[in-house]
Amino acid sequence: MKRFIAAMACACLAWIATSIAVCDAAALDPQTVHELAFGESDDKIKAIGALTERADPDALALLQALRDGEVQTAGENQVLLVRDHTATDLATGKAVTPVPENRDDIVINNRVRKELETAIAALKLSDPDRANRLAAARQLQGGADESALPAIERALAKESDPEIKELLSLTQASVQLASTDKATRLSAIRALAESNNPATKTLLLGILERRRATFAEPDAETRAEAEKSIRAVEGKLATGEMIGRVFSGISLGSILLLAALGLAITYGLMGVINMAHGELIMIGAYATYIVQNLFRLYAPGAFDAYLICAVPAAFAAAGLVGMALERGVIRFLYGRPLETLLATWGISLILMQTVRTVFGAQNVQVENPSWMSGGFTAVTGVVLPWSRIAIIAFAALVLLAMWLLLTRTRLGMFVRAVTQNRAMASCNGVPTGRVDTLAFGLGAGIAGLAGCALSQIGNVGPDLGQSYIVDSFMVVVLGGVGQLAGTVYAALGLGIVNKFLEAWSGAVLAKIAVLVFIIFFIQKRPQGLFALRGRVAET
Amino acid sequence: MMGTAFVPVDATGGPRFAGLLSAGGWSLYGLAALVLFVVLPLSHLAVPADSPFHLSDYWVTLLGKIMCYAIVALAMDLIWGYTGILSLGHGLFFALGGYAMGMYLMRSIGRDGVYQSDLPDFVVVCDWKSYPWYWSFTDHFWYAALLVVLVPGTLAFLFGYFAFRSRIKGVYFSIITQALTYATMLLFFRNNTGFGGNNGFTDFKRILGFPITAPTTRMALFVITAAALLGFLLLGRWIVTSKLGRVLTAIRDAETRVMFSGYNPLYFKLFIWTLSAVICGIAGALYVPQVGIINPSEMSPANSIEIAIWTAVGGRGTLIGPVLGAAAVNLGKSWFTKAFPEYWLFVLGLLFILVTLFLPRGLAGLRLRLKRTP
Repeated sequence: MKRFIAAMACACLAWIATSIAVCDAAALDPQTVHELAFGESDDKIKAIGALTERADPDALALLQALRDGEVQTAGENQVLLVRDHTATDLATGKAVTPVPENRDDIVINNRVRKELETAIAALKLSDPDRANRLAAARQLQGGADESALPAIERALAKESDPEIKELLSLTQASVQLASTDKATRLSAIRALAESNNPATKTLLLGILERRRATFAEPDAETRAEAEKSIRAVEGKLATGEMIGRVFSGISLGSILLLAALGLAITYGLMGVINMAHGELIMIGAYATYIVQNLFRLYAPGAFDAYLICAVPAAFAAAGLVGMALERGVIRFLYGRPLETLLATWGISLILMQTVRTVFGAQNVQVENPSWMSGGFTAVTGVVLPWSRIAIIAFAALVLLAMWLLLTRTRLGMFVRAVTQNRAMASCNGVPTGRVDTLAFGLGAGIAGLAGCALSQIGNVGPDLGQSYIVDSFMVVVLGGVGQLAGTVYAALGLGIVNKFLEAWSGAVLAKIAVLVFIIFFIQKRPQGLFALRGRVAET
Repeated sequence: MMGTAFVPVDATGGPRFAGLLSAGGWSLYGLAALVLFVVLPLSHLAVPADSPFHLSDYWVTLLGKIMCYAIVALAMDLIWGYTGILSLGHGLFFALGGYAMGMYLMRSIGRDGVYQSDLPDFVVVCDWKSYPWYWSFTDHFWYAALLVVLVPGTLAFLFGYFAFRSRIKGVYFSIITQALTYATMLLFFRNNTGFGGNNGFTDFKRILGFPITAPTTRMALFVITAAALLGFLLLGRWIVTSKLGRVLTAIRDAETRVMFSGYNPLYFKLFIWTLSAVICGIAGALYVPQVGIINPSEMSPANSIEIAIWTAVGGRGTLIGPVLGAAAVNLGKSWFTKAFPEYWLFVLGLLFILVTLFLPRGLAGLRLRLKRTP
């Protein structure tokens, strides 16, 4: 019984193979097939080119069979497709039984094989599967010649995927650039001017290349045209670069903003210099780490959602630590800013060492949820990572929430009242002590949120806070004390300026330049930024 | 601003001209000089090594280092204790002085470096063919000594001029100085800055032709450091008991009133700030040959803020207090980092908190409090 089924299956397969081969063969030009099988390498390449230009599915099947060694010759004239122990004559499309004994493999040398692969890729461009088309387009980029052009043109006309289209048009242009026809070259150069792909520039620069005394491109008009196109492409590339730089500036700015927003409350509104602010950020990051580990242990299926739980956890952890600090230490030092500075520095040392003792001195791993990985391609060559975009959005949300809290809630009103006139607020029944604690807790909690955000893009270690403390103080100091708007401007401004300077002079010099800039800036505008001028100076 | 008027514990009120120190003060001063110039050198060089009265190499280096720190604390007291300006960037001036001296020491290594080249190892590593221009003449000791004073002095003068002119004070000033030392640290970490990058300068061989590790050279450096400490102590006394010192204290307590009385605080602050920086630079220059290394981590904000805690522990506005504070904290540090390395930061952190909360006048204030309530 088993054997019978196997035999049936074999017969079926044979029949299918034969029928495919039959319709293959019916559509193929016997002359071309003959060339392919018996011709010299040059004839074979010519035949492959002819098949590519015709571009029908039969040609693809034939070329693939040729590549896989399924096309064989028998005798002087017969070209056979040998598959599963059955042979089909490619010239006539008829099955040949029995399969001839004296078959020869068709010799395919490396040159022919390369042409063959390219031709297959060109023909595959009409594949319905996007991944296959993309792979084919990639392959073509390396080794297409003029015979592939019609296939590429047809594919371009049908193609809807931007990435593949981009690849194809680039390949097309590079093939056309190698053309012996001057008009084709010129039109290709003109078409390339529309591109914003960095690879285009390399391609065009190749035209202008000089080999000793002679140019790669002999024609002066073409060269001038190429120069014009390069300028156009460069302009577009510069735009892309600019977008990238502004984005990374805004991204850095949003991180600075998150780090500095908490300070804007504790320092800007309450006048407390909190040197442990960086460590509150670190606590937020470690809270995120703990939540992540809990999810990994108890709910691995919902791992992507851990961040949603980590945000309130980070806020609460840092906020509680902050409130404890305010009650335990800072409360006794109001009105003595320099002492506050030293005491909070001591706190920061203790917090850092505690974390080091509990979690170890090494950095810990915080993994991004999967929806945060990858990026969004704004312009070719400029990828904006989702994690950065998420942080920008998060910073905006936190800012909005804080603004609402300060301007629309009772607590916010109390905080503002205590800031403006502590004694009068107290007379009106505002529990100033409690408001101080809550406001400090709020500032600390926002630091925790910053830590949660930072854990997604950087290392989480005991020293995390140290690297942000100087920068975030600069933001608050530059932005002016006691106002959120100033903090926002200062954070984004510093972020963007920093990134632009970095591109120009390197990260360290950029930082120094920013510092010098701040020192000089406050020469011009000390009011509202550093010290009050004149008679109100020390009230 | 200093919220409360802060009376230095040794202010007896009214002008005093009974010398810089009281009679008891002078005798203690003489005793300290005797110990530092005679007893300790003898016990290191003359007493045999197996005797319990022998001062070991370890202690000579440690005490020499602590005296350098004490000089820094003294400089900090002048600017913070007496003038009310808290600098969180004094480590920068200390390190700059150290680097200036280090440049001379590097050039006197000669061909004894790892690469047997005329150039120091880090220059070879950078693949430079010669010294950068700012290294010129640093093979002359006196030029390097001049740099020790000029580099921190000039930087402090320029920075102070701009900062004080725009009336940056209080915590703003502290934060800006912290940013300054932070930025410079980043600059010095770069290999291309030309100061040895991460590793800084080390592996010194000789100073003024003397082998740097020889006991007599070490002792000479020790004695010079002690002389500098005692000298700066007297200089500090001289300044704070002079009219200039009274203006400085007045600036600390009520700057606006000083302005309304017809003084321009800018130049007073600028003078004491620059002087303080120069003293720090000299301390750094004395520190480097004794410790044998200088690298950018000396400029880290944490180091600078530690200077403030030495001063606070000892007692601000007393000059001798910060010296003792620096000694106490650093002796404690070297003991702790050997015995319980992981607890030192807890202790240091607690020190910051407890001193600011309970001992605003430091150890010197504690002594006074004990005296008052027998």
